[in-house]
Amino acid sequence: MASTLMSGEKRIVVPGDLVQDRAKARVEGAVYKVNSQIRSKVLGVVLSDDGGKTLKVVPLKGKYIPSEGDLVIGKIVEVGFTSWTVDINSPYLAVLPVSEVTSKPVTIPRSDLSKILDEGDLILARVVSFDKSKEPVLTIKESRLGKIERGIVVEISPNKVPRVIGKKGSMVKLLEELLEVNIIVGQNGRVLVVGRNEKREELAAIVIKKIEAEAHTEGLTSKVREYIKARLT
Amino acid sequence: MIKRAAQVKLIDEQGRRVDGRLPDEMRPLRIEVGKLKSADGSAYVELGSNKVIAAVYGPREVVPRHEVIPDRALLRCRYAMLPFSVAERKSPQPTRREIEISKVVREALVPAVFLEEYPRTAIDVYINVLEADGGTRTASIIAAATALADAGIAMRDLVAAVAIGKIGNLLVVDINGVEDQYGDGDMPIAMMPRYGEITLIQADGVFTKEEVKRALELASKHIDEIHRLQIKALKETYAKIEEGE
Repeated sequence: MASTLMSGEKRIVVPGDLVQDRAKARVEGAVYKVNSQIRSKVLGVVLSDDGGKTLKVVPLKGKYIPSEGDLVIGKIVEVGFTSWTVDINSPYLAVLPVSEVTSKPVTIPRSDLSKILDEGDLILARVVSFDKSKEPVLTIKESRLGKIERGIVVEISPNKVPRVIGKKGSMVKLLEELLEVNIIVGQNGRVLVVGRNEKREELAAIVIKKIEAEAHTEGLTSKVREYIKARLT
Repeated sequence: MIKRAAQVKLIDEQGRRVDGRLPDEMRPLRIEVGKLKSADGSAYVELGSNKVIAAVYGPREVVPRHEVIPDRALLRCRYAMLPFSVAERKSPQPTRREIEISKVVREALVPAVFLEEYPRTAIDVYINVLEADGGTRTASIIAAATALADAGIAMRDLVAAVAIGKIGNLLVVDINGVEDQYGDGDMPIAMMPRYGEITLIQADGVFTKEEVKRALELASKHIDEIHRLQIKALKETYAKIEEGE
C-alpha cells in the first residue's frame, strides 16, 4: 500500500467515480457495484497492489467505524452496574462488560466497578463484536490489553492510521528504535506512546502529528528519520 | 402575467436577459471545499451573487435518542437565510419557506447517501445563505452534496441542481431574483448526474408538457457541467493537501 504511495501512482476519486479501468483487476475497499461497474463510494484514493492486480479505494476522510478484532484505545465515560461505557472516538459508544474484564466473580454494587476502572480511565482494548444493530463490545481479557497507566495518547484522523503504522509496521519500528519508546496504534486513531522519559514521549507525539499532516507526501520515512535525528542532537 | 412581464422587461431586443446572459447561460459558479475546520465536511458555493455555505457533521450520536433509526442513519437538514442575506432584514426565525426548503433539500440528498452504512447515527447538514438572489435552493443542494462528500460519507453520486425559468414562452436557465419575481415560471431540478435520476423537481407557474420535457433536457445539460465543477473542487482541494501544502 505504502509503496504505491511512494511511486506517486495514486488517483483521487469522488463518490460515483468509476474505479475499475482494467477488467482484470480485483477491487476492494469503499466501493459499490452497479450494472457490473465498480464505483467509489467515498472521497478517497485508489491504491494498486501487487502489480495492479488489486485496486483498493481508501477513504481520505470519515469517522472510525468499529470492526471485529480492531485494537482500540478508549476512554471510560460511564460506570454502570455490570458494564462500562467507553468512548472509542467513533459515532458509536462501546460497552465493556464485567465478563470481558475479569474471570473472577464480581459482586454487583457500583462502587466495586469503579474500583476496577473509573470514569476518565484510558484502556487499550479489542473489539470482540460489532454488527451495527448493537453497541460494539470490547474486551481487555488479553495480555497487554487493559488500563493504560503510563505514557501519552495522541489523537489523529483514523484514516491516517495506516500511514503511522507504515508498510508492515516500518514507521512505528523506526520511531521506536530512534526514540526508544513503545508505540501502540489504535485503529480508532488514538496512539499510545510509552517512553522512558517525558521528553522522548513528547517528541514522539510531535512526530506522529507530523506524519499525520504529511501522510501523503513522498519519501515520508526518510523525512521522519532526518527530522528525529535533527531534534535529538 | 404577460402584462407584468411586459412592465419589467426581462429579455431585450438582442435576446439578452437582465444581467446580460443568454437564455441558456448560467451564472458563474464557484465551489470551495473544506473551508470550515470544525465541521466534518464543508463547502462554500457562489452562484452569481448567491452565497451559500454548507457544513456537515457526522455520522454522530443521535440526540434526542428517540429519533434513532435502527437500520440506517438519520439525515437532517437545516436551511436558513441569514438576517442580512436580503435587502430587508429577514427575521432569524425559520419561516414556512425555509422549513419547506430544508425538507426538499433533504429529500434531494437522501437517494444519494448510503444511509444504511451508518445505522443508529445522525448526519447533520447545516446550510446558511449569506446572500440571496434567486435559486438559493439549487445552490444549497450543490453545496450540501459537496460538503457530504467532503465529510467522507459514503454516497452513490454527488447531487447537482439548477433552476429552469420561464419568461413569456421562453425557457431560461438558472433564473435570478428579478426573473423569479417577474417571470412566468420557476422549476428547480436536482439530479444524480451519473444515473440521470431526478431527486428534486418542483414547479411554480404554468408549464406545458412540451416545456417540461425541454426544461428537463436543458437542466440535465447544465447539471452535468455543475457536477464537473463539484468534482473538480473536491479533487483540487485534496490534491493540494496531498502535496503537503
